Amino acid sequence: MTASGVSVRFDDVFKAFDDTVVLAGVSLTVEPGEIFALLGPSGSGKTTMLRLLAGFEQLDRGRLLIADEAVEHLPPARRGVGMLFQSYALFPHLSVAENVAFGLKVRGGAQGEAEARVAEMLELVRLSGFEQRRIAELSGGQQQRVALARALAPRPRVLLLDEPLSNLDPALREETRADLRRTVKQTGITTVLVTHEQEEAFELGERIGLLHEGGLEQVGGPSELYRDPASRFVATFVGRCSVLTGSVRELHGGDELTVRLASQPGAPAWHCRGSGELAVDDRVDVCVRPEAVELETGEAPGLAGEIEAERFTGSSSFYTVRLAAGSAVEVAMPGTAAGLKGACVVRQLGGELPSAFAAAESDP
Amino acid sequence: MSAAGAVRRAPQLRSLMPWLVLAFLVWLVGYPLLVVAAEAFGIGSPGGGGPTTEAFRSFFTRADEWHAMWRTLWISVLSTLAAAAIGVPLGFLFERNEIPGRRLLGALVALPVALPPLVGVIAFLFLYGESGLAARGLQSLGLDVSWRLTGAWAILLVHAYSMYVYFYLFTRAGLSGQDGAAIEAAQSLGASRSQILFRVTLPRLRPALAGATLLTFMTSLGSFSAPYIFGGGFRVMTTQIVASKLNGELRMAYVETTMLALLAFASLLLLRKIDPGLDLASGARGTPPARRRLHSQRARVAAAAGGWVLACVLLLPHATLILMSLVPPNTWTVEAFPPVLGLVNYGDLLSSTERLRPALNSLWMAAAATLAAVVVGVMAARLSLRRGGLPGRALEAMMTLPWAIPGTVFALALAAAMSVNAPWVGRFVLVGTLWILPLAYLVRSLPLTGRSIFAGLRQLDPRLEEAAASLGAGSLRTVLQIVLPLLRPAVIAGAGLAFITMLGDFVTSIVLYTYDTRPISIEIQSSLRIQETGIAAAYGVLLMVLSAAAFIAWDDRAGGRL
Repeated sequence: MTASGVSVRFDDVFKAFDDTVVLAGVSLTVEPGEIFALLGPSGSGKTTMLRLLAGFEQLDRGRLLIADEAVEHLPPARRGVGMLFQSYALFPHLSVAENVAFGLKVRGGAQGEAEARVAEMLELVRLSGFEQRRIAELSGGQQQRVALARALAPRPRVLLLDEPLSNLDPALREETRADLRRTVKQTGITTVLVTHEQEEAFELGERIGLLHEGGLEQVGGPSELYRDPASRFVATFVGRCSVLTGSVRELHGGDELTVRLASQPGAPAWHCRGSGELAVDDRVDVCVRPEAVELETGEAPGLAGEIEAERFTGSSSFYTVRLAAGSAVEVAMPGTAAGLKGACVVRQLGGELPSAFAAAESDP
Repeated sequence: MSAAGAVRRAPQLRSLMPWLVLAFLVWLVGYPLLVVAAEAFGIGSPGGGGPTTEAFRSFFTRADEWHAMWRTLWISVLSTLAAAAIGVPLGFLFERNEIPGRRLLGALVALPVALPPLVGVIAFLFLYGESGLAARGLQSLGLDVSWRLTGAWAILLVHAYSMYVYFYLFTRAGLSGQDGAAIEAAQSLGASRSQILFRVTLPRLRPALAGATLLTFMTSLGSFSAPYIFGGGFRVMTTQIVASKLNGELRMAYVETTMLALLAFASLLLLRKIDPGLDLASGARGTPPARRRLHSQRARVAAAAGGWVLACVLLLPHATLILMSLVPPNTWTVEAFPPVLGLVNYGDLLSSTERLRPALNSLWMAAAATLAAVVVGVMAARLSLRRGGLPGRALEAMMTLPWAIPGTVFALALAAAMSVNAPWVGRFVLVGTLWILPLAYLVRSLPLTGRSIFAGLRQLDPRLEEAAASLGAGSLRTVLQIVLPLLRPAVIAGAGLAFITMLGDFVTSIVLYTYDTRPISIEIQSSLRIQETGIAAAYGVLLMVLSAAAFIAWDDRAGGRL
């Protein structure tokens, strides 16, 4: 059952629609058998990358390679690429079995072989016994699984997943996500997934490429993106973070440095990890994760502020603290809702260092 | 876009296809109109001299000519108003009130839409004509009445009778799409019933009414059967054109044709302005308000009785037609009611191949034209929506153009363009051959099939085709196995309408038919001319039955959408 995966490569791919540049020279290699997630906000070009790979769009410049073979000139039918569409695009006039068999019939071959493959695929997605059902009779989750079975049936070399979970109820999503990952891993196929939800990318993707305005901001594993973001955009897009402005006070060895936060000149400087070329007195944005700080009510050393709101999620309480200089910072306090109010100070915790980036010119 | 290293897909034919289909449509739809306009100026006609505006000058100086133009215009305005006056209240009655027999009556009231104009016209003739059933009935009661059903009023009567259905159907559709919550909101804000009607319901009905106005006005502008049968000396543009052609005044006929086409265009552009588009109609779609129940027993009986009387009045002409078809030749002279009834006429019609020929002609020509219109429609719609841009818009425009142009105009245009053998400019002698009438039917079918196929394809998720492609299906397989099965309701809707329309076509046929291709409508007309009313009525009933059968089959499959 396990197919030997093939590699997928984007080599300086450029694509524009009319005058809008959607992909500005993107290069990326997806390893054989890997599940790779393309993450990014809408309009970042991630869906275009997927559609280029599938052959629904033609690139303007660059190369596309599947198993080291150029495919950019091949029509979709001859690329050996299976796709799970966001809307599933199941054929509503065909039964479940006919949908799954569609790609097999196109290829010809023995009737019995196709039937066996359909049965195998439906078993894989746990829909045996649903062969004769009509698409409209299925739940959203079942439709998604039929679409997956249909995409996998003709044994494609690469599987493409376009926002595979966005059409499902939030309650169903988590369960389906694990299911999808299990099924795809079982087949061992190289998979490229597109999503705008970080959680989905983190759970499904072994590696993640974060796209922003037609370029790849960072490629790496989930923890790398979270702990060591390459840019302010990555830091704010992946996970929660508050941005505080300040200036570099002192450079230490490696990429460590201390930053004096602008909100309160007298407060203790923060220990940060710098990204890119920074010099003393450079203005920086510091991205602070909620779990990297703590708060204490009343007078104490730290950044003084006022608790503005509390949000209780079950495992933690998140406090929004308005600092004296006006900016807000979010602080996670593990445990039950403490109902804290009033004046407080915010302090840096040890452990992961917040990232500091050279301040953007046009920042609010 | 960057030229360096640009990757293009190889197949040349694929990129040429939109242009090939477009070229065919331009040749079939746009070109004949240009030819007729050119020949009106004396350009390109065989043996004619240089360009001249002489014919146009006489058009504007001869009173009967510009009178015809003026009459066409005011007949159309009055027809629209009359149709609205009948159709809108009926729409409210059946959509907003729960009256006994509502569903059946509501469907019966819509029936005239399925009947060819000529059938309605001769049914009227038999019922309300000079020696019709109504006149004879009154005379037999000792009343000394006589009237002639002729001229403007007769035309208006027939128009109002056959075109109120547009307003009726559009009003019902518009009302059923309205959100009852808007009315409840107005009520809770203290609005009275009349305030709700004028400030909530009617404004939101505007798109539907604008649509019905456009349809009725344009239909009336191109109406031919009613003015032809009832007009007498009262000529409108369509009948004027045909008269000029029969009189051999070809140049004048082309001028009239050009003028009518311009009038139609101008009307279309003007009427489009009152159409607010879909903005008002769309938006939140809620549940329509509950129908008003009549509480008192007496009111319910009165409403039911009124409804049935109305349905009888509306269906009386068609009942008369059936009756007339049962009257054997030369058996009805002075009696109020035909003394003998039998199936002689039908026997006649079915036993002789010569008599049956027109029915078969109509069937095959309508079927062939409809089939071709579906094929062209699917190709054009797919190419247009996929290609977009200028060729895409042009394809759609060519498909819809014949809708805006009266049938008489196209008939004359095709007659002008296809009566000359000049293959190098795309003109072939088709007039007088087997092909000209099916080709004319095709032109007239294009907007009917095209509209629903374009709409159907727009609703189809484009990802379905991509899914088929990524699963390895080629273009032909995708069309046959995915697109066509899913488009079936839209194709059936468009094809059904086209088939019914072409089956009863009179306006193009009268200009272009040959003896071998004479359709039912022409046979009805010639039977009438030689006083074979029974045969004419039997043909009328045949047409009515065929149309109704096609309509019912169509309505069933298409889920009743217009």
